[in-house]
Amino acid sequence: MYEIRLHSRGGQGGVTAAKLMALAAFRDGKYATAAPYYGAERRGAPVVSFIRIDEKPIRIYSQIHYPDLVVVLDTTIMDVVNVLEGLKPGGTVFLNSSEPVHIDGYTTYHVDLTGIALRTSLIVAGNPILNTPVIGALAKMGLFSVASAQAAIDEMFTDTKNRNAALLAFEELKI
Amino acid sequence: MLKISTGNNAVAAAVRQARPAVIAAYPITPQTEIVEQLANFVTEGSLDAKYIPVESEHSAMAACIGASITGIRTFTATSSHGLLYMNEMVNWAAGARLPIVMANVNRALGPGWNVWAEHTDSLQARDTGWLQVYVSTVQEAYDAILMAFRIAEDKRVYLPVMVNLDGFTLSHITQQLFESDVGDFIPPLHLDHRITPDEPKGYGCMTAAHDYFRIRYDIERSMRDSYAVIEETEAAFAEKFGRTYGYTDEYRCDDADVLVISLGTLGKEAEVAIDLLREEGIKAGSMRIRWFRPFPVLDIRDRDLVIIDRDYSFGCGGILADTIKAKTKKDCFSVIAGIGGQEVTYHDIAGFVRNRRIGEELWFGVDA
Repeated sequence: MYEIRLHSRGGQGGVTAAKLMALAAFRDGKYATAAPYYGAERRGAPVVSFIRIDEKPIRIYSQIHYPDLVVVLDTTIMDVVNVLEGLKPGGTVFLNSSEPVHIDGYTTYHVDLTGIALRTSLIVAGNPILNTPVIGALAKMGLFSVASAQAAIDEMFTDTKNRNAALLAFEELKI
Repeated sequence: MLKISTGNNAVAAAVRQARPAVIAAYPITPQTEIVEQLANFVTEGSLDAKYIPVESEHSAMAACIGASITGIRTFTATSSHGLLYMNEMVNWAAGARLPIVMANVNRALGPGWNVWAEHTDSLQARDTGWLQVYVSTVQEAYDAILMAFRIAEDKRVYLPVMVNLDGFTLSHITQQLFESDVGDFIPPLHLDHRITPDEPKGYGCMTAAHDYFRIRYDIERSMRDSYAVIEETEAAFAEKFGRTYGYTDEYRCDDADVLVISLGTLGKEAEVAIDLLREEGIKAGSMRIRWFRPFPVLDIRDRDLVIIDRDYSFGCGGILADTIKAKTKKDCFSVIAGIGGQEVTYHDIAGFVRNRRIGEELWFGVDA
């Protein structure tokens, strides 16, 4: 089983990103669950979602305490939340950042998702929306196939803006 | 069609397949998505039903009663305080023998204000005359709703059915879902005791003991008859859709020396604990209770019982544990866990089994 913890702020599209990740994995023929953790969060507050991907049906409902991958859609959260907590040794971190970030003992990837959202006018209620760009980045990292990532985005969104933002993130992520 | 869905959206999708004529509902966290989605279906025209946005849950059930008694199919959904607020009408629906189907998204009761999973809300309604089923996956939520209409509307039953799913844990998780074309699986509703302009009848007239006890006994007789109807319906469902259910969902129970008994999603998490324990040489099994009313006959034998209650009856004990103790005359290790959405992992459940103390009660997170 591959376990992912996704950190974002309310309003950035983290819950939808988690669903898209599950859907893309599902379209790859795998089992997947996406569980947003709902606390007393409001717009702008740190929120967390849990995504599990496996070859077998997933029976676990509790939170992910030891993720394989941590996805951070807003790096300012790192000032208030230890996003690395429980991350498996040698695990992977993806950061929405224009600059590379080195973290000892972990593999890190980065893309400026916010820049992509602004450039492609992917903005809702004044917020750059990061959920489809991050799917492009994660597809490049091999979490799911490009075809499944595109299928997932097309199932949830009818416009080309989301698709284009994902493609840009796919191109910009450096492996 | 194979897709992904939340538990709430699966309930709404199943209700659309069942084609109720009237839906009367009031939104409440974490159930709101169900009635929002149904309102969307009615607005976009994919569900030909009258959607009544009432001002309270009491009115939601009253409206369902009024509609159902004319012999048409009705549905509502609620949670927690909503279920408590409609409780008078919940009792009335069963007493009037109306096959209303309701989804209850299990949530804790205030104060303190808590919107997360707990079963005390629906277990408080266990004596109302409603059938109750508890589900553990998005697919099972969908399937249980479809079967609920057929069971409730069978003339051997003519009682309402409540389908219970854990708040957030199941209502908001995304999993895979096979959406099936239901076809003729749910036959048209023929309510023998319906009121029509040509056949006026009265309900709720003053009824003295001589007749009243017969009415109440008749509810119990139908409850007992419902065992066979549930079995037939689940067999017909398995035949048509290939998914099999029963009174319990048993995992590695056959040769088990100790059984973990629970309701809802904790029963699925328990299966992972069972695999851990088996690797350690502990012969454990998970018995997830699906139907709480009517309460099934359990294959307990002489095995140790670890019963997890996500609920409590103050001054008495865990409601599931007490029910099983009364039915089987057998003591257990009673674990109170998951209250108000408390995190319970499969490691925790394995710990309950390893450290079981038959005859005692453990409040997880409180007791040592």
